[in-house]
Amino acid sequence: MTVNEARGMRSVTEAAREVAIRAGAKPRRWGSWYVAEHRIRSMRSYLRTIIATSIGNPVVYLFALGVGLASLVDRNVGAGGVQGVSYLAFVAPALIASAAVTVAAEECTYPMMMGFKWNPIFYAMNAAPISGKQIANGMIISVLVRMVPTTIIYFAVMLAFGAVPSLVGGLLVLTASLTGIAVGLVIMPYTASIQEDKGQMAMIQRFGILPMFLFSGTFFPLSQLPVYLQWIGWISPLWHGTQLGRVASYGLAEPAWLTAAHIAYLAALGVVGWKLTQRVVVRRLNK
Amino acid sequence: MPAPVITATSLTKKYKEFAAVDGISFEVAAGESFGLLGPNGAGKSTTMRMVGAVSTRTSGDLSVLGLDPNHFGPEIRSQLGVVPQADNLDQELRVRDNLIVYGRYFGIPLRQISKKADELLEFAQLSDRAKSKVDDLSGGMKRRLTIARALVNDPKILLLDEPTTGLDPQARHVLWDRLFRLKEQGTTLLLTTHYMDEAEQLCDRLVVVDKGTIMAEGSPAELIRTHSSREVLEVRFGSERNAVVAERIAGAGDRIEVLPDRILIYSANGEAELVKLTEAGLDPITSLVRRSSLEDVFLRLTGRSLIE
Amino acid sequence: MTIAPTQPERVAPARSWFLGALYAGNARTVVSRGILATRSTNYLVVLSGFFEPIFYLVSLGFGLNALVGPVHTSTGQLVPYAAFIAPALLAVSAMNGAIYDSTWNVFFKMNYSKLYQGMLSTSLGPLDVALGEISLALLRGGAYAIGFMIVMQVLGLNLAWTAIFALPAVLLIAFGFGSLGMAVTSYLKTFQQMDWINFVLLPMFLFSATFYPITVYPAAIQWVVQALPLWHGVELVRGLTTGDLSVAMLGHVAYYLVMVIVGVIFTTTRLKALFLD
Repeated sequence: MTVNEARGMRSVTEAAREVAIRAGAKPRRWGSWYVAEHRIRSMRSYLRTIIATSIGNPVVYLFALGVGLASLVDRNVGAGGVQGVSYLAFVAPALIASAAVTVAAEECTYPMMMGFKWNPIFYAMNAAPISGKQIANGMIISVLVRMVPTTIIYFAVMLAFGAVPSLVGGLLVLTASLTGIAVGLVIMPYTASIQEDKGQMAMIQRFGILPMFLFSGTFFPLSQLPVYLQWIGWISPLWHGTQLGRVASYGLAEPAWLTAAHIAYLAALGVVGWKLTQRVVVRRLNK
Repeated sequence: MPAPVITATSLTKKYKEFAAVDGISFEVAAGESFGLLGPNGAGKSTTMRMVGAVSTRTSGDLSVLGLDPNHFGPEIRSQLGVVPQADNLDQELRVRDNLIVYGRYFGIPLRQISKKADELLEFAQLSDRAKSKVDDLSGGMKRRLTIARALVNDPKILLLDEPTTGLDPQARHVLWDRLFRLKEQGTTLLLTTHYMDEAEQLCDRLVVVDKGTIMAEGSPAELIRTHSSREVLEVRFGSERNAVVAERIAGAGDRIEVLPDRILIYSANGEAELVKLTEAGLDPITSLVRRSSLEDVFLRLTGRSLIE
Repeated sequence: MTIAPTQPERVAPARSWFLGALYAGNARTVVSRGILATRSTNYLVVLSGFFEPIFYLVSLGFGLNALVGPVHTSTGQLVPYAAFIAPALLAVSAMNGAIYDSTWNVFFKMNYSKLYQGMLSTSLGPLDVALGEISLALLRGGAYAIGFMIVMQVLGLNLAWTAIFALPAVLLIAFGFGSLGMAVTSYLKTFQQMDWINFVLLPMFLFSATFYPITVYPAAIQWVVQALPLWHGVELVRGLTTGDLSVAMLGHVAYYLVMVIVGVIFTTTRLKALFLD
């Protein structure tokens, strides 16, 4: 090979290298959003059910509990109310947080498992310039994209029912979403690691989400439960999220440190879950 | 020889103690069509995944387009088109949307990818199925859609892992035709296969891989010339007599291979060998004279047949 | 020499004269296949369904008791809150068990595992499949019910000896929901459509005198609730566990009998249309 030929070879490779480095810039920067974009496109086929449930669920729950059950409770407890407010006002912050958790329980389970298994699009994304971390991020973004509007609609229905004493209660959209995503991020590293479907999703629902929904001071103050059941509330992100929501909605009296603890606990779960999810996805893709 | 776009040196991938790829070295030049031929489990797919910058190598060196996959994964992948062994199309999206969504991963703007998607559907002969669900496509159509998807970014290199496995003969020929056109347009092809006819059809050069190592390297013609004779005589005497007859004809041709169901006699002139057999009073149930193929090369190199 | 062909003992399964090609009298094959499949795959999931109503009972029974206080049933009897919701949860768990088996499971078998095509290409008729699948749903609903009844007994929530009749009542409820659920499912094609089932079930679950008497509603809403099946089931079971029997309970039973008949007829016709025509 002559010197000129060698130089020619180098410059061809050099040019290809330059092109590659330029082409990699956009996916490196925006990859997470591309993944979210994909996921949202898939959600479109469920759009009608999503809209119907986002509006239908708050109406049904608020009517059943905040109006129906409330009529019994309010008659029984008298003017003092529950924690000083009507049962409707008491239960509403719990319901909005639960709604966010429900979205999380749906969007952080099947789509994660499907992407590796039944509809293995994660491998396809990864063969394109998208990294495992970006896949995890994109999935999380898409959960939020569904969750935040759901809580906004929920809040609007709550306003219509007169369940929020002051407009500061608008913070409920934030506290509920924080709760939802914290729960979602606890589930995600697990669902991302499932190799074979043996009904794990149903188990998460039955032994995770449902007991959390029932024992987190949702329908009644946690203190109503026997002491040996109260611990469920303390570790439950839903309890922390609900209490936080009650502080925002009707100024539930609790020490400031406890309010701070709610936020810190939820944020910590979220961050740890997020990092863990990234790790699990990256490892699983890089076999 | 044009500059290499892929250079692998002592490339190794170990899972715990097991070496799936055990120190292989090869170079692929720009515009070349390069094949990895070998049986299932030879380490072909693992090699592809390392070249595709989705699997980290355990040791050795690898450079794709002058970049190290360990540090420049997204950059390398932005220049690749990947057709995996099992289709991983998004079944929740329709045919055309699959191309659009995939194009977005490379940061291609929506308007541009939309035009490109129509061109690619044309190329993959799927224009009339643009709105179909992926599930409703035949195996061959899914394969063509996967290839179309791999082309959304105008890749420099196309990686094809067992592109025609599981397809019927007609679908294979349609696919080969499409791949041949890409090759004519200057796309570098790196493909794995365990079909020798595919390797002979598509590859300029190939390596025979077995148990994670390279057994031989060259063009299909070179390999056949070096490791086999011009012709092969295949004779069957029935499964019980094969072994007995094999002993009697030891020394016939250049070389003999005894398989459970037939005997292969390698020779420059197959017809002449058959005449000798008949003269010796050995009447095979069936006989066939054919040209040597990569199957024979593989048999010679490993003592095993390629598809078991 | 001629060889006499060996005669099979029975050439064809006995078929009833009026059901003809619909029924081979062999629904038990479908049932035993279902049990085998459950045992080998997801028995833990099936088992876990038993805990769902218990979680509800423990949470609401303990937690809401003090807030709500004793409640009047529809017949005017005053009962502790836990004793009010327990029979409702019993009816709901029968409904859920039956609905799950007859909707999601059937949907999957119909559209993905193509199980019914296989079954119907044998001597089994569509009525065998329908009855078999519904019986499976019933078995599951019944199993949950027995478990839950025991819990109620232990917690002292069965207020009268008539509670023992709640068991057959619950089976009737499961039968009703199972057959209707399967009939509806046979018309559904996509997962999106399946989601609507939950969308309908949720309000029914919450509004059917499950957690509070329907007297809190205006009359118009009460009528709507009373038209829905779950309310009849809840009232029937509650009457039996609290021991406050009434003539209205015969009406509830009749409601479910109609549901069963309609459901079975629809399912059978539909299976025949889908797989045999």
